[in-house]
Amino acid sequence: MNFLLSGHDLCLFRGDKCLFNSLEFALNPGQLLIVEGSNGSGKTSLLRGIAGLLEFEQGEIHWEGNPLHGHYQAFRADLTWFAHKVGFKDDLNLLENLRFEQSLHSFDEGSVMAVLARLGLDLLTELPLRSLSAGQQRRVALARMLLSKGRVWMMDEPFTNLDGAGRSLVDAVLSEHLANGGSAIVATHQPLEIVGDVKRVSLS
Amino acid sequence: MTDTRPLVPSLWSGFVGIVRRDILLAWKRPGDVLNPLFFFAMVSTLFPLALGPSSEQLGSIGPGVIWVAALLAALLSLNSLFVSDFEDGSLDQLLLSPQPLTVLALGKAIGHWMVSGLPLVVISPLVAISFHMPDQSIKVMAVTLFFGTLSLSLLGSIGAALTVGLHRGTALLSLLILPLAMPVLIFGARTVSLSTSDDAVSAGVYFLAAYCMLALTLAPFATAAALRISNE
Repeated sequence: MNFLLSGHDLCLFRGDKCLFNSLEFALNPGQLLIVEGSNGSGKTSLLRGIAGLLEFEQGEIHWEGNPLHGHYQAFRADLTWFAHKVGFKDDLNLLENLRFEQSLHSFDEGSVMAVLARLGLDLLTELPLRSLSAGQQRRVALARMLLSKGRVWMMDEPFTNLDGAGRSLVDAVLSEHLANGGSAIVATHQPLEIVGDVKRVSLS
Repeated sequence: MTDTRPLVPSLWSGFVGIVRRDILLAWKRPGDVLNPLFFFAMVSTLFPLALGPSSEQLGSIGPGVIWVAALLAALLSLNSLFVSDFEDGSLDQLLLSPQPLTVLALGKAIGHWMVSGLPLVVISPLVAISFHMPDQSIKVMAVTLFFGTLSLSLLGSIGAALTVGLHRGTALLSLLILPLAMPVLIFGARTVSLSTSDDAVSAGVYFLAAYCMLALTLAPFATAAALRISNE
């Protein structure tokens, strides 16, 4: 059976330490994969490896049944990345940052203001990002996820710096994404309240 | 399945997007742009003051001094080409974007040239006047600096990409780039000094243009590969 995204026999070392060995995962449309593990257990490295930012010692990732090597372009058109560092420019304002995103990814231009209003950012569009709080900057990164048309979301610790309302926003947004047939891989050590098809991978 | 596949914006829009973003960033933080430019203007205008007003002496050292100042100014500004992208996570976003990294690397280099190299070309006639350069040399100076600074931005982007993960990579960057920059310096300075004595300059200009084209076509691939390696 062909999965949307799957990993086989993955192995990764950091220095002399083996983070994980013969790790397997498979993801279908509408499914969420939660990567659990303590600090330093390799959650971020696993995500970066799947995205192709670093190489696994061993093993292979498959995208729509094909080995990912050589199909990165197609995979990346469907990938939206959300990490510790939000990846926006401090000196530019929200709209300028999103405008740049638009030249890289497929983007839902029509709903920019609606999404910003939902995230509580619609009155902050003229401010440079450096004057926004850390939590607000995370919300801007969330806006990127909502506006992109990618089917696979990869999120590394999505709850960092977010308040209670922000957390339930992440839960709601993720549940919606899954309901619309999207997939997500989330690395976190905090409980998620997601409605949908959830799988888990534990790193120790 | 295929109809749900998201459309990727054109290569051109990716290229224009990153050039526009970098120019906008430079506009919002003019200090970063003006520093190398001030350095260039100061070094090359202090020489005439220190050496005295003998126009013969100034004419003979002028091309060399201006070219060395331009090279150092370029190295000074290249250091930070990818550092801020690396620190705020934008580099990960660039690496993971569906746009080919080569196109984005070319955009970064061109953006860098437009905010550092091009202003330098524009002010070079003023600097050349302080060296008592004849009119035809001022033109040759601007043309050679045009190709030279573009080559330096492109070649420098390779070094900047290789050293992006290292703290204080300035010395290493200079070591990596200087051998590649030597032909530019030698031909640039020599062509200008030939023009002061009314010799033929076309060979030198052609060489610089060819070198610039070589950098334009090959450097983005090397920069893209270097970025993937050093961001691991």
